[in-house]
Amino acid sequence: MRVQNSIDKKQLLDRLSRILDSDSILHEAEDLRPYECDGLSAYRRLPLVVTLPETIDQVQTIVRICHEQRIPVIARGAGTGLSGGALPREDAVLLSLARLNKIIAVDPQQRLASVQPGVRNLAISEAVAEHGLYYAPDPSSQIACTIGGNVAENSGGVHCLKYGLTVHNISRLKIVTIDGELLTIGSHALDSPGYDLLALMTGSEGMLGIIVEITVKLLPIPERAQVIMAAFDDVEQAGHAVGNIIADGIIPAGLEMMDNPAIRAAEDFVHAGYPVDAAAILLCELDGTNEEVSEQVMRVRSLLTNNAATQITTAANEAERQKLWKGRKAAFPAVGRIAPDYYCMDGTIPRSKLAWVLRRISELSDEYQLPVANVFHAGDGNLHPLILYDANKPGELENTETLGGRILELCIEAGGTITGEHGVGIEKIDQMCIQFDEQELQQFHAIKAAFDPLSLLNPGKAVPTLHRCAEFGAMHVHGGQLPHPELERF
Amino acid sequence: MADLANDIHAQVQDALQRQQPLAIQGSNSKSFYGNPCEAQVLEVSGHSGILHYEPAELVLTARAGTSLQTIHQCLHVHGQMLGFEPPAFGEQATLGGTIACNLSGPRRPYAGAARDFVLGCRIINGHGQIMQFGGEVMKNVAGYDVSRLMAGAMGTLGVLLDISIRVIPRPQQEFTIRKEVDTDKALQVIARWSQRPMPISAACHDGNHLYFRLSGNESALKSAHNKMGGDLVGEDGDMWVRLREHTHTFFDVDRPLWRLSVPPNTPMLAVDGKTFLDWGGAQRWLVSTSSADSIRRITTRAGGHATLYRNGPRQEDAFQPLPAPMLQIQQQLKQAFDPQHILNPGRMYKAL
Repeated sequence: MRVQNSIDKKQLLDRLSRILDSDSILHEAEDLRPYECDGLSAYRRLPLVVTLPETIDQVQTIVRICHEQRIPVIARGAGTGLSGGALPREDAVLLSLARLNKIIAVDPQQRLASVQPGVRNLAISEAVAEHGLYYAPDPSSQIACTIGGNVAENSGGVHCLKYGLTVHNISRLKIVTIDGELLTIGSHALDSPGYDLLALMTGSEGMLGIIVEITVKLLPIPERAQVIMAAFDDVEQAGHAVGNIIADGIIPAGLEMMDNPAIRAAEDFVHAGYPVDAAAILLCELDGTNEEVSEQVMRVRSLLTNNAATQITTAANEAERQKLWKGRKAAFPAVGRIAPDYYCMDGTIPRSKLAWVLRRISELSDEYQLPVANVFHAGDGNLHPLILYDANKPGELENTETLGGRILELCIEAGGTITGEHGVGIEKIDQMCIQFDEQELQQFHAIKAAFDPLSLLNPGKAVPTLHRCAEFGAMHVHGGQLPHPELERF
Repeated sequence: MADLANDIHAQVQDALQRQQPLAIQGSNSKSFYGNPCEAQVLEVSGHSGILHYEPAELVLTARAGTSLQTIHQCLHVHGQMLGFEPPAFGEQATLGGTIACNLSGPRRPYAGAARDFVLGCRIINGHGQIMQFGGEVMKNVAGYDVSRLMAGAMGTLGVLLDISIRVIPRPQQEFTIRKEVDTDKALQVIARWSQRPMPISAACHDGNHLYFRLSGNESALKSAHNKMGGDLVGEDGDMWVRLREHTHTFFDVDRPLWRLSVPPNTPMLAVDGKTFLDWGGAQRWLVSTSSADSIRRITTRAGGHATLYRNGPRQEDAFQPLPAPMLQIQQQLKQAFDPQHILNPGRMYKAL
């Protein structure tokens, strides 16, 4: 993935300065420092140059210049990504979209909002609330993360079991292609002719084009939302309860599980009223019309009772509801308080395998002598094991990464995937070699080449080279065999 | 109920060797849709059977040749259904054909399109390679979203072998309410109620009447009906089936039938002919003898596109021509999957 060129930085700066103000081009080491990493701070590199365009025209020109000089381009939103998707390279221009931060238009009748990529996720819901509407996907970083980054990663959130991921909630994109052309994908109708490039672009991690405008779909704010907390003596029992709620025909707006270490950390931090001796708790949010929510609360309470819940609490008012959620939403920083560092994983598994996967994680945690707390989007099978470690202890980061890799491989073995919502980036690139075979990876490379034949857009991320897999395989794959070849990966 | 993957694979590889284009065929219920493809038939309906269904996981995996009927029956037993309410257009219609055409019924604006429910698939690409993308889990962002790309690709990027789809619980009850209003008024009423949290699962207008379908529990539906007004249409759920399957008398014509896909509250377009609004106004069925050029021009100006759905002159393209830069990217994508143009060449666009 090395781009073969000798970069003329002076020429680049010279050309950039013709279209950008001096405060929109950063190239001194101290100015570049804030951009050396994204949310995956274990990996750091200084970019060649940072550009901060304010118009689509400027984005097009920057990309054209880079294309002509064969300089890689890495797009960045708020830098909250957790997989190193926006990790810079020394030979690449970092294209920050943070200043493209305008809400262009809100159309309450069509329930659409057109926004620039640097608009924060939560800012959209705030801007359309006066119309009784909101934007459904709500990644936990929604206060800070940008909608452009959400599209690049196909972000989910607590509510995606019922309301879908980013891909289900966008209608149109404008992208700048690697040759600097502006291309409109999708429309304000419900579909468009030709191949579904909207699906292909969503989650493509900045590898296919630079997203410069997004039209998101808006939903009416539900009449009522109600949250129930249930405690369990046994994680497996909590898993059964989740399956039984869904099999009963109820799709909760959110269905979250935390294990004991996560419960204790969260309770200690925000005093949400969680039972600290429980093996697991479930938070089940029901939303919809008044009548529907009333009925579903009754049904869920009775299902939880039948599934041996040891405590069931229904929030009596909005303040109590917020309090119950507060513990879950603060789970990551709460875990951050009990260890010098933590490493957040992001696998998805079929829910029926939950008990088995948690048992294996616990065994691996013992093997590597690193504690693991588990936070789980239980409704959709997205597991976030948090590995607690101390980066100042020699070798502990490496040990943590190895354990993280083992956990991801476990997710594949269970029939799941190495990333549910954080993306592959640089972090999980080696595990891609396990989830996909050589032909499938080659197909991914061919798709990239269809958009970016010179591989200048975020090179080296998301899809490993076959060479990299061969090297990785030398460590992990024995005799050319995948672990558990008998298991279907479907 | 047979696994013919190896057999189909061998036929694709053989065709590749002989440079013989293939026309992929399930039950042949959608032969009217898209452009004709003169090629050797690759029969895939025999590759059928449900492979895995876990009601509590909301996921079903089936071979592409499995009939929709089989899938509906299986889901029905567990109180679930396909959220995109696909039209079948034939008793033996298969899951593969439905996904390849990305066909969705009246529930589409409220629940999602076929592509929204695709979680994973196994395909044979134009290199004759069997590959698997996505999976059986709801959230999966490893690699590009090839599974959703297959939805609506009309078999031009790969032969679908197995497909995993998300399923949803069947609503406890459904009411249909009817109001006598003209089309313009209907679009306003739909827009107004769509901005509020109402249990609407379909909205259409047949030229004289506006229909809403409400889905949910009985008390929620009664309360919504009280707010929205209109006459309760007894057990006439069949109306939605007739609309979906084009067995409604509106469709009983031999003049060209167009599908206009437009932003939902686009005012009525100035095109000759009769119109039936579905998808809350976002999908408009038009029976018209106006020229393709004029229909497409007017629809494009409204921010949409027009598909010549049935009864078109053979020389006319079924799908709206793509702007040059878009066509170029789509051709490059075709090249990435099927460089020899073995799979359904011309079925979607002549260049793909």
